[in-house]
Amino acid sequence: MSSMLGSGLKVNLCGGSVLEFCSVGTSRTDCDKQPEPRTKSAPQQLVGVVGLEIHAQINSNTKLFSGSPVRFSAPPNSLVSVFDASLPGTFPVLNRRCVEAAVMTGLALNCTINKKSYFDRKHYFYADLPAGYQITQQRRPIAVDGVLTYSYFGGKKRSQMIRKSVQIKQIQLEQDSGKSLHDDTRGQTLIDLNRAGVGLMELVMEPDMKSGEEAAAAVRELQLILQALGTCQGNISEGQLRVDANVSVHRPGEPLGIRTEVKNINSIRYLSRAIDYEIQRQIDAVQSGRTVQNETRAYDSKSGETVPMREKEGLQDYRFMPEPNLPPLIVYEDNASLPTGIDPSQAVVVQKIKDRLPELPGVKRDRLVQTYGILPEHSFTLVNEDGLMEYFETLMKITQREPRKVIGWLTNELLGHLKQRDMSVSQSPISPAHLAELLKLQETGCISSSAAKQVFQEMWKSGGKTASQIVQEQELGLVHDTAQVHSICQKVVDSHPDEVDAVRNGNKKVLNKLIGLVQKETKGRADPVLVKELLQRMTQ
Amino acid sequence: MQDKRGKLTQRIVILAFREGRISPTELCRKCLNRIKKTQHLNAYITVTEELSLKQAQESERRLLRGVPKGPLDGVPFAVKDNFCTKNIRTTCASRMLKDYFPPFNATVVQKLLDQGAVLMGKTNMDEFAMGAGSIDGAFGPVKNPWSYTELYRTLAGPEANWVITGGSSGGSAAAVASLTSYLALGSDTGGSTRNPGALCGIVALKPTYGLLSRHGLIPLVNSMDVPGILTRNAGDASLVLSVLQGHDVKDSTSFPAPYSPADLPEKLDVRNICVGIPKEYHALGLSPETLAEWSRVADLFEGAGARVEQVSLPHTQHSIVCYHVLCHAEVASNMACFDGVEYGHRSKMDSSTEVMYATTRHEGFNDVVRGRILSGNYFLLRQNYQHYFVKAQKIRRLISDDFRRVFSAGVDVLLTPTTLTDATCYRDFTQEDNRTRSAQEDVFTQPANMSGLPAVSVPTALSSRGLPIGLQLIGRALEDHKLLSVAQWMEQAVAFPSISVHDTFTESSDTI
Repeated sequence: MSSMLGSGLKVNLCGGSVLEFCSVGTSRTDCDKQPEPRTKSAPQQLVGVVGLEIHAQINSNTKLFSGSPVRFSAPPNSLVSVFDASLPGTFPVLNRRCVEAAVMTGLALNCTINKKSYFDRKHYFYADLPAGYQITQQRRPIAVDGVLTYSYFGGKKRSQMIRKSVQIKQIQLEQDSGKSLHDDTRGQTLIDLNRAGVGLMELVMEPDMKSGEEAAAAVRELQLILQALGTCQGNISEGQLRVDANVSVHRPGEPLGIRTEVKNINSIRYLSRAIDYEIQRQIDAVQSGRTVQNETRAYDSKSGETVPMREKEGLQDYRFMPEPNLPPLIVYEDNASLPTGIDPSQAVVVQKIKDRLPELPGVKRDRLVQTYGILPEHSFTLVNEDGLMEYFETLMKITQREPRKVIGWLTNELLGHLKQRDMSVSQSPISPAHLAELLKLQETGCISSSAAKQVFQEMWKSGGKTASQIVQEQELGLVHDTAQVHSICQKVVDSHPDEVDAVRNGNKKVLNKLIGLVQKETKGRADPVLVKELLQRMTQ
Repeated sequence: MQDKRGKLTQRIVILAFREGRISPTELCRKCLNRIKKTQHLNAYITVTEELSLKQAQESERRLLRGVPKGPLDGVPFAVKDNFCTKNIRTTCASRMLKDYFPPFNATVVQKLLDQGAVLMGKTNMDEFAMGAGSIDGAFGPVKNPWSYTELYRTLAGPEANWVITGGSSGGSAAAVASLTSYLALGSDTGGSTRNPGALCGIVALKPTYGLLSRHGLIPLVNSMDVPGILTRNAGDASLVLSVLQGHDVKDSTSFPAPYSPADLPEKLDVRNICVGIPKEYHALGLSPETLAEWSRVADLFEGAGARVEQVSLPHTQHSIVCYHVLCHAEVASNMACFDGVEYGHRSKMDSSTEVMYATTRHEGFNDVVRGRILSGNYFLLRQNYQHYFVKAQKIRRLISDDFRRVFSAGVDVLLTPTTLTDATCYRDFTQEDNRTRSAQEDVFTQPANMSGLPAVSVPTALSSRGLPIGLQLIGRALEDHKLLSVAQWMEQAVAFPSISVHDTFTESSDTI
């Protein structure tokens, strides 16, 4: 937690109207009442200000300060060492992998890496916090002053790419807590310490965002970066990425309003909804003369509302104190700056981590645009849909088709089918190889584009049949036999003398009707080029 | 079986083992008998009789086969009850942990067991090591063995009350002084090993901070705690130190030991030694006898050709106050884990989690612990943190700098008293509260903890009441071996008498 909004008299220069939020936000009718004369006369509309605190579980085999394994959904209390349970006389031993993950994440987010950082104890009593304090980095975190650039489709038709950035105040290493399970019928609380002591990176994003949409886009971009780095698996529903939103409203140019903290958000979609709901709730409050309370609110995904959480009594004073059992955390710029006597394999060296940085989403998108000559919007979709870029690139290796054509297939047909069934790309029943074959059949004129779509649906349903199998079985292949097509055309021309006359009299549109009639006869399988050519000749 | 000054030392025992004059089992039985005979001292909270005999038998088999695990194989030792011992009750002399059985051994305990040393039991202390008398524990006060000597009885008169051991490692000091163990582990945060060492007439070493692992030592103040070594002479302390020192992956504040031999030089030439006498240690309340002893020993050094110089440690006067601020702050934090959830005492009052916490902690801790938690939390409050904690840390740095300046000016060791006076009668000691006593008793000892330096208390004489007086040597960081060499020279020079105990355990000093 930080006082990120507290001290800031930061002026939000980004525009943004209230109505914009209503359209994305809730179904409440208050929005309709908005443009009353009173508000119209006001110089500025109230806008939302959003900052985020994100806890990212570090993807490592063992916990931050103990050798206990890290695993999701293991039997309760099966991954607990003496240190995790805070048995007296046990001390933290820092996991180098977690430090490297934080440094790598910091580098990917353009942070300054502090060569020396410290650990502190943050005290509070809670049943799933065995030590009575959390070890965190309050005085000097490992990484500071970064920036995250993100984009989203905005504008009226959601077709315009909007690019924004948010400042990363800091990344700090800290321990996760255990879990409390409240058994209300027996009035008991059960504690599971499997998660206690798992390494977290807390990322604090400055209040640079103004809507749920922006926050959601920023979190999605962060998620992609973390997954590319492998420093966090980023699964929000499993709690590997936990997002709390600090929300306030103000008129641009005026000091920030009183903020609330919104918790209990377990998907990116809910993040967007929760923030928009909360902004609107605060705007309503301010406009009807009520005040916004500084409080923690929980998002209820069923009702789509935020509700106040039970407040701890009085003001919490965490009584921060330096963690005396850990020396300062030192990282080194490069091997040359390692002091003698330090084993390079045991030290955290920033340059070495920099060299290992994988391709980040932004770079991926630029590369896709350059390599395939596609639009930035396309690259955005390819990268942001889990697994779609890999699918695309695999496909491109084995197909001769135009990248833009391929993308059309992926975004319209493949994603359309997947989304309808709430599936991910990796679950697609059609492999890139199979799709490549289908595209090839279409390209080489074996099937028409309408037949191709039909084949795609059949492939989806059949699960495993190849395009050519389906084309053969269902006789969907184009008829190229000139004699056969000629005779059908002749039959159509013969039986439609009025239309033929019309064409001959210069009404070329009527030719299309004749083409349609031929295709109807052939169930769309006749080679359209050939049909047109023959009919033109016959109607001359 | 004694050395020429009448002391039963490890080395003598080891030699006796080797020569077959006594077996580990025999020795273990003798110690167990002696523990029974000295039960009134209340030195032990737990005596591990069965396990001790089993370990002794195993040791005996090894010795018979000629394959001892190490130089300490078969040597009886005692451990302060704030070191974790696997499946052996570890109470910290508190109701909070009265039934606590840790699942692991403290590293220093494990190292002794790995040597084949024989654990006799867990020794009494002040609750959670908070005290300087060993009178504030849940298992009652520890009595100083010297209270039962003929000499004390004669000099102090028949009405004289028993005297305290000092603390907080009073049980460990009493165990070694009453000859029920050949070495004992104590802990030293502000003087808790050296103080009872001095009052019980034994050698008590506080090693350089980080030289010994703290893993398994239930913390009082993490940044000052060190395992302490209590033995009958400096040579034994050196042997034990050589076994215990070194980096431990389980304690990130520990580090590899510099090379030093296990043995101390037979004869140290003190002409190459510069002994500093810090003038600020002429403290209020220093007894004339202790002062006299201090100058006598300084003269001994000078007489032997050592350079003896008065030095100044100007920030010493602020040390005890800062020590208490830092100590209480860490106590508040370290004690937060005792909430009744995972282990330890849990109150039956469980109407809510908060009520359970509050009553558990109220029932589990004594007034001293609760008082320190309260003041420690006060010092850590946001509005107080800069005024107390940060300020105390800054002064801690100045205190450290004082020592560094003196040592870099050529001083090898500092000679100071360990305590203000000899041991106080229980009746008198309890006239003042724990806080006042801690401030008085730790005045000479805690600066070494504040600066992480090694220090050793060596008994030098008996007072007019027949009670031990100890003097402290403080050395440079990591020069523990040199410090013990000087301590041994001092030991040889002062000829401190062996304990001659009262009828309750008369047989103890003439046989092993």
